[in-house]
Amino acid sequence: MKDQGSYQPYSYFQLMEVSLRELLVEKGIVTEAQLAATVEEVRNITPERGARVVAKAWVNTEFRKKLLQDGTRACEELGLEIPALKLVVVENTPTEHNLVVCTLCSCYPRMLLGMPPEWYKSRNYRSRAVREPRAVLSEFGLELAQEIKIRVHDSTADMRYLVLPMRPADTEDWSEERLAASVTRDCMIGVAVPRI
Amino acid sequence: MEARFKPGDAVRVRNIYPLGHIRTPFYIRGHSGVIERFCGTFGNPEELAQQRSGEPKQPLYRVRFLQKKVWPDYQGNPDDVIEVEIFQHWLEGENG
Repeated sequence: MKDQGSYQPYSYFQLMEVSLRELLVEKGIVTEAQLAATVEEVRNITPERGARVVAKAWVNTEFRKKLLQDGTRACEELGLEIPALKLVVVENTPTEHNLVVCTLCSCYPRMLLGMPPEWYKSRNYRSRAVREPRAVLSEFGLELAQEIKIRVHDSTADMRYLVLPMRPADTEDWSEERLAASVTRDCMIGVAVPRI
Repeated sequence: MEARFKPGDAVRVRNIYPLGHIRTPFYIRGHSGVIERFCGTFGNPEELAQQRSGEPKQPLYRVRFLQKKVWPDYQGNPDDVIEVEIFQHWLEGENG
């Protein structure tokens, strides 16, 4: 617990961020209002967007096909803009599981999942997800049978990845909204599977 | 820049260590894989990082590697794979 009352000096990166921000404003490159609006916009993107896409793919075969073929275009059909970068959707099957990592930094489908969690940016996850994915998944509570093949996706350049999990059994009569509620952020990164 | 490779082609990642902003991870350099898909052409990140234009744009591929070949002590299914995005100028054809 942080002591709420005591003075906390800025960390190195906080100081850098404040200095850069103040300089940009001072030089008239951006305004405080623009910055505030952008922060607000980023905060408003939550994994519910991605979950909507997944649920749609579960109930609509045509959409699922399009999504796997061209993720960016399929999302645009749902009114979700994927600026500049291309979305690659990878599908879990009974014999294949997908896991997403960015070993170089923290590339992440922010337009569908919002800001990446802290662990996604950690050196531990980034270095181990490629080298020992089964051990990493097991630490997340996901024990994959040895006969299920793992595909790890290192997003090193201009693509962004979203895992399309398998639809849970016994959900045939579920509405799209109810299905979407079962899809968590971690399912779409590939460190979990939907549990109902 | 024209795309030299197509899905299914066997390629090898160049085993070189230039300085600068490089988006080819160290762990995959020198390894052989197969083109999984062509992703399009994109500004060269090594140029963009130097505030230059990024031209000529470079074809980008997803290349699939067998985990057991990348990590000699790999524990897991022998068919487990790792797929990495790699720009064309980092790839050479396996057959010359």
